[in-house]
Amino acid sequence: MSWSGFPVDAEQVRVARALAQRIAAEVLRFISSHTTVSIERTVLRALGFDSVGARATPVANLVVDELLRRGLLGAGAASWLAQVMSRTDQTPREICARIAMSGLHAGLFSPVEQGGADKARDAVSELTARAALELGARAEQRDALKGELGVGPRPGVGPRPEVGPRPLKYVIVATGDIHDDVLQAVAAAQAGADIIAVIRSTAQSLLDYVPKGATREGFGGTYATQENFRIMREALDQESQRLGRYIGLTNYSSGLCMPEIALMGAIERLDYLLNDAMYGILFRDINMKRTFVDQYFSRRICALARIGIMTGEDNYLTTAPALTAFHTVVASQFINEAFARPAGLPPSLIGLGHAFQIDPAVDDSLLLELGQALLVRTLFPDSPIKYMPPTKHMPGDIFMGYLLDGMFNLVGVASGQSVQLLGMHTESIHNPFLMDRFLSLKNADYVFCAARSLGQEVRWAPDGKVVRRAREVLELAVALLEQVAQKGLMTAISEGLFADVKRSPDGGKGLGGVVARGEGYFNPLLDQLEGRGDPR
Amino acid sequence: MKKDGANIVKAYGDRLGDGAVQLSFTLPMACSARAREAAICYAQHMGLKNINVATAEPAGDSHTFLVLYGHSNLSIDVDLLEVPEVRATERSMHEVDDLIAREFDRPLVLVGACTGTDAHTVGIDAILNMKGYAGDYGLECYAGFEVYNMGGQVCVEEFVARARSVGADALLLSKVVTQRGVHKKDATSVVAAIQEAGLRERVVVILGGPRVDHKLALELGFDAGFGRGTRPSQVASFIVDELMRRRVDPAVASPTEE
Repeated sequence: MSWSGFPVDAEQVRVARALAQRIAAEVLRFISSHTTVSIERTVLRALGFDSVGARATPVANLVVDELLRRGLLGAGAASWLAQVMSRTDQTPREICARIAMSGLHAGLFSPVEQGGADKARDAVSELTARAALELGARAEQRDALKGELGVGPRPGVGPRPEVGPRPLKYVIVATGDIHDDVLQAVAAAQAGADIIAVIRSTAQSLLDYVPKGATREGFGGTYATQENFRIMREALDQESQRLGRYIGLTNYSSGLCMPEIALMGAIERLDYLLNDAMYGILFRDINMKRTFVDQYFSRRICALARIGIMTGEDNYLTTAPALTAFHTVVASQFINEAFARPAGLPPSLIGLGHAFQIDPAVDDSLLLELGQALLVRTLFPDSPIKYMPPTKHMPGDIFMGYLLDGMFNLVGVASGQSVQLLGMHTESIHNPFLMDRFLSLKNADYVFCAARSLGQEVRWAPDGKVVRRAREVLELAVALLEQVAQKGLMTAISEGLFADVKRSPDGGKGLGGVVARGEGYFNPLLDQLEGRGDPR
Repeated sequence: MKKDGANIVKAYGDRLGDGAVQLSFTLPMACSARAREAAICYAQHMGLKNINVATAEPAGDSHTFLVLYGHSNLSIDVDLLEVPEVRATERSMHEVDDLIAREFDRPLVLVGACTGTDAHTVGIDAILNMKGYAGDYGLECYAGFEVYNMGGQVCVEEFVARARSVGADALLLSKVVTQRGVHKKDATSVVAAIQEAGLRERVVVILGGPRVDHKLALELGFDAGFGRGTRPSQVASFIVDELMRRRVDPAVASPTEE
């Protein structure tokens, strides 16, 4: 199905992409000369550093914090590991277990002679290469199950798949308790959901470590931990087999631990990760340098594990009005794309987000939403588009809210969105109840079926409101990109050009964890991810 | 419905006094005749009569979604209810600014935050940020206010320390996440910390959020509560009224002492 019938100025699109590439290039130079505590912890974790020590502090944090304190992190945590291996003749797992038991001691950080360490470095590289192969194998396992079962409704069940595209139905669970999440996710899958997202506890984005184990207490969501990922994926695998269709799983590679969570998602076969080049900066006040360096590494892992990323531009419309700020969404999508491509992600794995957030009191709001949705669909024809539901103007009147969600679903199916994050009519009241999700799925099923081919039947008036809205948004987006390219992205963010939020390059959380790569910086995982791995 | 001078109401469907209500819920059991009967029984125990199950359908394999109608015999005398309401005059931004200029010899200092794990600043931003909400300018726009918006995930100690260091006249706390009653726990701890710091009598303390109302805020020890749909000018007007009221009668400085 092609949406190419929708008129968009190809020259402007070309200009927008070129500007976005220019904007990203400057930041990429910074990225390639820096590392972060989270990246170095990821390197250790890939080699089996997954234990926790005293007070449940992950061993990866203990080690990396100490390296940072001693000014040794610029050489890479893998350099340290090679030295300890050459001195103790132990495997990384054994070293990790010993630190978990008895903590750090000064001897772990005394330098060794170069020759021994060189040999150990080769060993570390080889172990990392094996870990990367294992991640690839996990991805293949997932893709095989996906291929065998298929995604979306089975033939003969529900609307006929051969008639026009239909957005995948994405719902969230957020009980705070992973075991309750499983019950709700399974019920949602049975009621027709295609993708389950487990919302994280609100505090987690600012934690500079990843908690370990299954968790049963969270606020506004459930902690992202590797064990929670495993529990949910196992339940969804079983339910997928039973239903005969593959149910996808989403979590968040955002906040201060983007790379580590990407690794955990890759190990536990997640399908999607929310991952944005600027979200943490703008909405969680995480330092921009930290975020830029971390997002690159996490996206490299997603590329290896073929995890689809989803960007978070929809959030811009929660602070700024959609009517005047939608072009910031589009500009940011181009920038996110320009960061994702050099990280090895093909367009099919770059999911771009936007939202249905125009004030329903505005005349012809439905047409304006259509113009925006068709524009985004057309600008990124090979990328999945993630369409977020109305939340800002969701009333307490759930019946009115249900109607608003119906209109959102209508725009979603008529404009060929790929993933529809289903709206909840109880959005403004509570985290979704099981029945809210059920009703929301019914709403989407009805609208997706009833308006299945609407997008193919309609030709928009060349100077009508829909086309004019799209044209106006693209023009403003190009103008904004020009401004950003001129100033540089870091300055642009510090002047509040996105989401009306101002963040300075040296402000925010996590800057202390950004370190310049030293001479002889050793990161065998990055070598693997960037295709410099030594195939043994 | 007036009876013996009382003002009695019942839920209204299409005939005064019919007590008609609509109800929807889920039972954690597979959809079946037994589930339908269980729902009727459940609604009867809630005090409903003439129950009509409009739909009972499977929400997944082990849950049943229901919509029921019924009639309740309950009636309420609305005159006997205690309903605290925020006392504040409706004023525009300019009226508030004029009042501050006339009544105070300095701008009033406001500090706002979402404390604890709550990262949702949409509420505090709607009230404080220049842009405001629903066409009503935020308090940062007011000439009469000096505003410090600390944003989300602020710890209580920092909030109180800032209140002290800038000499706050009013504190605005926003709580959006309400899972497992966390908004009440957090709000209570803020009031306790303000009291401990000895600031409670000097400072007007306001709670806001989609699940907040004035009654709840008073119960938790705040001076006022503002819920969904509140415009910044309403908050502004309350702050000025409350500060003026305290100046006149310091004895009623804190509602906890009433």
